[in-house]
Amino acid sequence: MEITVTINGSDHASDVEPRTLLVDHIRRTVGLTGTHVGCDTTSCGACTVLMDGKPVKACTVLAAQADGAEVTTVEGLKTADGLHPIQSAFTDDHGLQCGFCTPGMMLVGASFIAENPDPSDDEVRWAISGNLCRCTGYMNIVKAIQTAAARVAESSNGS
Amino acid sequence: MAAPTTPAEIGGIGHSVQRKEDARLIEGQGNFLDDIELPNTLHMAILRSPLAHARINGIDFSAATDLDGVVAVVTGDLMDQHGLAWMPTLSGDTQAVLATDKVRYQGQEVAAVIATDPYIATDALELIEVDYEDLPPITTPQQSLEDGAALIRDEKEGQTDNLVYTWETGDKGATEEAFAQADRVVTLETHYPRSHPAPLETCGILADVNSVTGQATIYMTSQAPHAHRTLFAMVAGLPEQNIRIVSPDIGGGFGNKVPIYPGYVVATAASLLIGQPVKWVESRTENLISTGFARDYYMKGELAVTDEGRILGLRVNMLSDQGAFYSDAQPTQFRAGLFHVVTGSYDFPAAHIDCKGAFTNKAPGGVAYRCSFRITEASYLIERLVQNAAYEVGIDPAEMRLRNFIQPEQFPYETATGFVYDSGDYPTALRTALEEVGYEDLRREQAEARAEGRLIGIGIAHFTEAVGAGPSHTYDIAGLKMIDSAELRVHPTGKAILKLGVKTQGQGHETTFAQIVAEVLGIPANDIKVEHGDTDHTPYGLGTYASRSTPVGGAATAVVARKLADKAKKIAAHLLEAAEEDIELASGVLSVAGSPDRSVTIQDIALAAYTNLPEGMEYGLEDVTYYDPPNLTYPYGSYIVVVEVDPDTGVWQVQRMVALDDCGVRINPMIVEGQICGGLTEGFAMSAMQWITFDDDGNCIGANFMDYLVPTAWETPRFELLATEVPSPHHPIGAKGVGESATVGSPAAFVNAVIDAVAHLGVRNIDMPVLPDRVWAAIDEAS
Repeated sequence: MEITVTINGSDHASDVEPRTLLVDHIRRTVGLTGTHVGCDTTSCGACTVLMDGKPVKACTVLAAQADGAEVTTVEGLKTADGLHPIQSAFTDDHGLQCGFCTPGMMLVGASFIAENPDPSDDEVRWAISGNLCRCTGYMNIVKAIQTAAARVAESSNGS
Repeated sequence: MAAPTTPAEIGGIGHSVQRKEDARLIEGQGNFLDDIELPNTLHMAILRSPLAHARINGIDFSAATDLDGVVAVVTGDLMDQHGLAWMPTLSGDTQAVLATDKVRYQGQEVAAVIATDPYIATDALELIEVDYEDLPPITTPQQSLEDGAALIRDEKEGQTDNLVYTWETGDKGATEEAFAQADRVVTLETHYPRSHPAPLETCGILADVNSVTGQATIYMTSQAPHAHRTLFAMVAGLPEQNIRIVSPDIGGGFGNKVPIYPGYVVATAASLLIGQPVKWVESRTENLISTGFARDYYMKGELAVTDEGRILGLRVNMLSDQGAFYSDAQPTQFRAGLFHVVTGSYDFPAAHIDCKGAFTNKAPGGVAYRCSFRITEASYLIERLVQNAAYEVGIDPAEMRLRNFIQPEQFPYETATGFVYDSGDYPTALRTALEEVGYEDLRREQAEARAEGRLIGIGIAHFTEAVGAGPSHTYDIAGLKMIDSAELRVHPTGKAILKLGVKTQGQGHETTFAQIVAEVLGIPANDIKVEHGDTDHTPYGLGTYASRSTPVGGAATAVVARKLADKAKKIAAHLLEAAEEDIELASGVLSVAGSPDRSVTIQDIALAAYTNLPEGMEYGLEDVTYYDPPNLTYPYGSYIVVVEVDPDTGVWQVQRMVALDDCGVRINPMIVEGQICGGLTEGFAMSAMQWITFDDDGNCIGANFMDYLVPTAWETPRFELLATEVPSPHHPIGAKGVGESATVGSPAAFVNAVIDAVAHLGVRNIDMPVLPDRVWAAIDEAS
């Protein structure tokens, strides 16, 4: 079937099998491999992307369901102004080790701090509880998301 | 902590340098196995047995072959025609690549489909008909060793029962004597349950064999690419120079990516036969049910103690569930890994360890899950036993440990099972952690809470690890000595490339190993590129597991950098017209002793190495080192956990977790602390929820992330980290390795905390995972 998905601002028109998963579409058809697959059961969140601004697990969304939608992947976080604050905060606070969960974590984090500019430790933990990390023990991920929130708040206060 | 000796812009040892790896990973530009695309790649899917034990009477794959897009169906018979139906394991057993005679566990590889598209390959699996004849499954090692139990390995010549191995160590006579003198014997029987490392990225391979040249380029999620190349050469009979293993970015390993799995062999053979690249990436379910399980030790420990709380001896009987094939990844001469480090941090003269392994109808594995070859099981047993001994003798569990610790002046200390611990100050570590947690106040609060009917528990674990395998006199895997290597070249512009035999899976080697070179030569860490994972472009080594990268590969890096420093001094002497022995090198400046204004930089030296040398000196600034460590290293730590247990539901919550680690010199404190937080989380996971279990028919309960529970951020406790720093006396930079300490040490702390909350009721054991229903049942039974 014919679909058009806007990914990181570019329209991608393709003919896909109805059963094609969005994550496979992004990785294999469009060729953006920053979105990862860690499980088959919507449990780990490595495949998280933003669909019309909301985090979804792209292993459990059909490409067909994303027809007409705006999708943001990790490759779309950076803008002409540079890295998204969540990206630099993950580096500064050592929020990643192997980096496999990182794209999903950052997308959930970015979407979360857009709605909650000053989150507590517990609020961040709840927000990312759909995303698994096997390396970090989460402490530095939580810290990185809080750092990013503070930096976003600071830059919007300044402007 | 010792202060760094280099300025921040050089970023030598002790600086929390930001990771070089991060730039690509935060922008989605990592290069993981499944991200690699080659032209004309075919995709493989594996048909797995739904049964735990069954004879295969026939396989009809004609319908699968007929499906559009299917290129080939591979069965055990086809593999057998090429001598590849079976492969050797890392413990000297053989393992079926694709089953020919019978299946021996649920999830075992039966056939493979190679197709133009991964969806089609998976579709085709549905079209393969296998005629199975049920056989009785054996799901516990106890059943397995009963008289008359069905023979699992009937194909194995000379195998008449399900016994895999027996192994013992220590001094039985001396141990019996110690027990005869004891005032009491404290016994603990407990199961360290089957777990799975479950890195977030599953295992996979992209095999590209050129059928004309015979060149095999194999992209693989490998923690040990060089060893895998050699093993591929041995198994497949391919000439080793024609095999290139490339281990790209790895999404976590934790031991899961050490073994060679059947899927790798089938994909490589299929690529060779078809003449196109073949990719296979496991699903999560395949990962959990068929690859690299860990633990599964049934342990009985007995501690001989006096009424004063002195330990006189230790006796351990252990029975391991090995699954259907014995494929522990471990040094050849030890049948139960380094389990005999079970004497822990304590000074007592006698121990005897008696181990036995049994085949069962479960997946093989026995990998060291974030652990130095079964040390996690050992550390758990002794720390649980010592805690219980304190209750029986009637002294505080902290005091029990302090009374029995190996004292700082006793190092080097030879344990009753033959390890020579090189260094440590255990009393300081434990006292520091006790003070931080406010131990005495906590004990008071515990007593007050108990009076109100609330259950507070304080659990201690003081672990000692033995990591960094290892010295060539003792340690080999499949005959290959466990040395490791580093190759360093400084280019004319003063920038360097460091090539390693070890391979990161997230530990940050690209950063920390550059820091070691920066420390020695003074070249900024950011000017040093670290290359690893590609066997054609790196020197030989045994890989990254068992916390061996820093102890062995890190040592090789320091030594090779020192070799270059020696040459740099010779060149500096020539440039400065001074005597070589008068040249001093500090933070990248080589100066004449006593005349600091007469100096050159390491960058000047680099250029001179290619342009202006003393007469007779060979050009270049490059060398390679193969490091054979004189001993293992022995990181240790004191962990204290405080929990509150709900007496009505058995649910327990961690209130505090204080973790003191001594891993010697810390190359990058930020990365060390990251490793510790990750390890503590996996320790918590095993104690609280992670569990690969089976029903009586051998069906795996825990075959996906909905049933195999790994902790999310919500359940994971917050950690308070502390450090002491006793450098390893024999390691070139005094480092000991840290990647696994927290996973090894922390499960006993968590479990001891829960037990401590209910110890006054008489509870002495709850098996891991310490699920609420088990806690509730233990309380119910005791009261």
